[in-house]
Amino acid sequence: MNRARLVRIIGTYGVLIALAALILFGFLRYDRFVSFYNVMTLLRYNSMFALVALGMCFVIMTGGIDLSVGSVAALGSVASALASPYGIVPGLAAGIGAGLAAGLINATLVTRANLMPFIATLATMQAASGSALLLAGNQTVSVSYESGFTAIGQGNFWTFPIPAAIAVLAYLIGSLVLNYTGTGRAVLAIGGGEDASRLMGLRTDRVKFLVYVASGGLAGLAGVILASQFGAGQPIEGVGWELFAIAAVVVGGTLLTGGSGSVVTTLAGVLLLGILFNVLNFENGMGWISLSAYWQSVIRGLFLLVVVLLQARLTRRRLNAL
Amino acid sequence: MTRPPDGPSPLLLDMRDIQKRFAGIPALADASLCVRSGEVHALIGQNGAGKSTLIKVLTGYHRKDAGQVLFEGEPFEVHSPHQAQVNGISTIYQEINLVPLRSVTENICLGREQRRYGLLDWNAMHAEAERLLSRFAIGIDVRRPLGEFNTATQQMVAIARAIGFSARLVIMDEPTSSLDEREVGVLFSVIHQLKAEGVSVIFVSHKLDELYEVCDQVTIMRDGRTVRSAAMEEIGKLELVAAMLGRDVAAVEGHATAFGERDRSRIGDVMFSARGLGAGQAVRNVSFDLRRGEIAGFAGLLGAGRTETARLVFGVDRPSAGQMTMEGAEYHPDRPADAIAAGMGFCTEDRKGEGIVPEMTVAENLTLALLPKISRNGVLDDSRQREIVERFIRELGIKCSGPNQKVRELSGGNQQKVLLARWLAMNPKLLILDEPTRGIDVGAKGEIQRLIRRLADQGLGVLMISSELEEVIEGADRIFVLRDGVSVTELEAEAANEEKVLTAMAHGTGASSGATT
Amino acid sequence: MTELPRSYAERDAVARSFDLFGFLSRYGTSIALVLLVAFNLAFTRNFATMQTLNVNLTQVCTIVIVAVGMTLVIATGGIDLSVGSLMAISGALAPMIFMGKILPIGSIYLGVAAAMIVSVLVAGLLGLFNGWLVARFRIQPIVATLVLFIAGRGIAQVMTNGNLQTFRVPEFQWIGLARPLDIPAQVIIMAVIVAAAAWALKKTLFGRCILAVGGNEKASELAGIAVSKIKLAVYGISGLCAGLAGLIVIAINSSSDANLVGLGMELDAIAAVAVGGTLLSGGKATIVGSLLGALTIQLVRYTLLANGVPDAAALVVKAGIIALAVWLQQQHRG
Repeated sequence: MNRARLVRIIGTYGVLIALAALILFGFLRYDRFVSFYNVMTLLRYNSMFALVALGMCFVIMTGGIDLSVGSVAALGSVASALASPYGIVPGLAAGIGAGLAAGLINATLVTRANLMPFIATLATMQAASGSALLLAGNQTVSVSYESGFTAIGQGNFWTFPIPAAIAVLAYLIGSLVLNYTGTGRAVLAIGGGEDASRLMGLRTDRVKFLVYVASGGLAGLAGVILASQFGAGQPIEGVGWELFAIAAVVVGGTLLTGGSGSVVTTLAGVLLLGILFNVLNFENGMGWISLSAYWQSVIRGLFLLVVVLLQARLTRRRLNAL
Repeated sequence: MTRPPDGPSPLLLDMRDIQKRFAGIPALADASLCVRSGEVHALIGQNGAGKSTLIKVLTGYHRKDAGQVLFEGEPFEVHSPHQAQVNGISTIYQEINLVPLRSVTENICLGREQRRYGLLDWNAMHAEAERLLSRFAIGIDVRRPLGEFNTATQQMVAIARAIGFSARLVIMDEPTSSLDEREVGVLFSVIHQLKAEGVSVIFVSHKLDELYEVCDQVTIMRDGRTVRSAAMEEIGKLELVAAMLGRDVAAVEGHATAFGERDRSRIGDVMFSARGLGAGQAVRNVSFDLRRGEIAGFAGLLGAGRTETARLVFGVDRPSAGQMTMEGAEYHPDRPADAIAAGMGFCTEDRKGEGIVPEMTVAENLTLALLPKISRNGVLDDSRQREIVERFIRELGIKCSGPNQKVRELSGGNQQKVLLARWLAMNPKLLILDEPTRGIDVGAKGEIQRLIRRLADQGLGVLMISSELEEVIEGADRIFVLRDGVSVTELEAEAANEEKVLTAMAHGTGASSGATT
Repeated sequence: MTELPRSYAERDAVARSFDLFGFLSRYGTSIALVLLVAFNLAFTRNFATMQTLNVNLTQVCTIVIVAVGMTLVIATGGIDLSVGSLMAISGALAPMIFMGKILPIGSIYLGVAAAMIVSVLVAGLLGLFNGWLVARFRIQPIVATLVLFIAGRGIAQVMTNGNLQTFRVPEFQWIGLARPLDIPAQVIIMAVIVAAAAWALKKTLFGRCILAVGGNEKASELAGIAVSKIKLAVYGISGLCAGLAGLIVIAINSSSDANLVGLGMELDAIAAVAVGGTLLSGGKATIVGSLLGALTIQLVRYTLLANGVPDAAALVVKAGIIALAVWLQQQHRG
């Protein structure tokens, strides 16, 4: 195996290797790290981020970005909490619907008004945040416990957390779409060269439209899970989610400039960042060191730095090969 | 407007009286184009004559304001390149419009993916891609990203893609500009194949020889109008050029370029020399000398290492081997600023990508390299800037509405003049010109060639890279032929002719005696 | 073919008369500002008072100071997401120094001077770190500055252990509370920074290089411009601006909360820059535009609040304004 090939493999699967190494480290070091409870809690909590990151991943692969996912998730959580007394389905529909609506606005601004994705979704972020606050009357909105709505976030599918199951299903569909449909390939082609893709006859605007709508819908779904899991619609939650999602996507090896990426490694990126906190908590529990919760973001940032530096080396090598 | 005589094969495409305006300015005034089945049709004209606009109207990229398009006898109205493709019109654009990060297969099959059970059938698509490429005698791993292959291969992939759409009309917009001779040969054999299958080709090119080699019919455009349409054998080269320019035949007779006579007595002693330069695979062993007042030409096929050598000289990339001297002193630049300090200038071949700053004005572009010299303690001196800019606009005849016009609004030729002025304003000793007349209309081309000669006569050393043989042979005082990253031959202008240069480019042999003196 | 008018001013005049979008994109923000003022003069009670002016100016001036640095960064084709976190760091560091938590310093004046200089410099150094990532490793600015966006606030929180630092130190707080000539000190600071940056961008070598780098990086490199240094410099300046803004925020509040100082500032600053007419892809920038952009956004919010519209709704309106402003600019560019 030559060096270039090795580099490419590490570039693609590095996140999986890191994830495996981290899990192994936790398994060897902490007693209850690979306990049923810990794993299930981890998956349940991170499913929201996973959904948001999936949408982000598709948007980024087209060369765009969606900064609105955090506040759209907050909006989704409020909408679903308000609809929760009517049952699971209305709750889901309200949350996802709100997300889709925000996604539609993004999609329209980006594809019809030709705004830069960065600015369009920045505007939607503010609008969604304001709408969430208005809808919630500036406070958290308790969900109804009678209607069974909380099952979405708190229930189990046999023993597997339902939100995690939803996330896994979403990633399966996402992977299928990306690798085995024309739309999926178009997503990557557009990110690799939008003008070229248009001249090749791809309906770039339609694909981009779909991607932003999907990202909105997934953020709305994450909002539903948020409300259901924590028992309240939270208009000011979701701050910084977009950047967490971007970090997860980048850690997962997707090029931020678009054109190259993978759904599976994005999930690995989410898990990697999630498990990192988990390890930190365990480490604190061991009593050897005492790192306040504030160290989490420092470590997260450092981690991102390492990944980004590695990627910079890899992509430069790849570009040199071009 | 003339119409082609009725021939044996039926009309495939009939575009009549097409009009198109952009922001009120007419781009197409009265353009017509008729193409028969199985015909290779040349479409020529200067930059801005309306060729590209006409093609983009046909492929649905632009919407026409007036006129009629018939395709296979039916009115043809499409709103996107996609629709055009579906309806049998495929286009290969001048700048390769593919996606380098994606695989060859994807680049060939995107837009008409093969499915099985509703999902993409990758095996079938890879096989299809391989089958199409095999027509060009290209056997590559179609799973690898397109960007890993060289430009010529990418161009072939673009052509394979267009053909794969079972097109009845293939439009090729300057398809040979990035191909070497062998590859052009392959392309022409593919065009002949297409013709035999009854597919029509619209062939846009600035290279006249190619037109005579491969085309049956020609349509000439000027100022948004179709001025002439004729069978290729009925019209001579000279007539062709005259029709494009709208000038008398006499004016373009004689030389193919406008460099004018050289005056050997003006050439001085050696100013710059390079020995055994190397960097990676692209440049392996390049040696050459450049004298004061001399135009040294770099000839070679695409990928011979000419541009790469120039980048080493100018400090954009760093050599891994060899020495350079400038005016007798050792010279190893780490960055372009070092080269500029040593008195060099570099007009890149990639005018849009590396030359102009499109959002900036003519004045700002012109003074970009000059900034430290027109500022005092970091503050720009407006009046000096204006003075210099106005002088060069006048001297070089840059056509613009004023120093404050955005440079992106200028024509290619005038942008090139701005770039030349950027370096001339520095009062350089050595100027590297990489494809100084590429993509520029004939009129501006002549002006620039005359200017280069004049500058050399004033004592400037010029290193000129050109893919146009006559430009090197008629323009340069000394020709260095590069082949596969090695300077194989040095020819004095008087001793050079097309045959010798071509032989050296192709075989690396020839009168190589002077290469390392 | 119509003949082109001779002078450039003439040509501009002709272009403008035909180009509504061009006109709006150039003057839209100013017009909006004038309309807002007119509306408020007519309908908002007690609008034409010094107090209203001061309230609006003081609220906007930290955004403007950060937006100045952001404008320069965006002019090179970059972006700086870390400004809010850098504000938090400088805001956390300064009180620790002048309150003697790090080193006991005898003189309060010395302590305050050290606090101001060190904390702003630290923010500037962290800005240089951003620039280093962007210039040296060619990391996309969004990602490069994302690192400090995430880690920076964490650093501030770790430094203070998440605790609120309160203080009453007039020697320090003049930066946010003093009113020489009845003008708030921070407004003067803002005005000086805006003026200096606007002049530098238009009239200096450095400013021209910034725009060239943003307009075409490769061409700038070939023209001998030290692209890496320019990038380092703009991110460093952005860091300095953020550090200064952090000091002003804590001076006004008489307290420093690492969790809150500068929160969301990156987006406010970017919005001001975008509304102000700076091209987000780089190569074209206006400092005064960013000032007007920030004022417009602020005044919209003030107008809505003063007329009984809830803050949340103001957010939605602000979103609409950002989108509209950028859309108008795009129509002009065609």
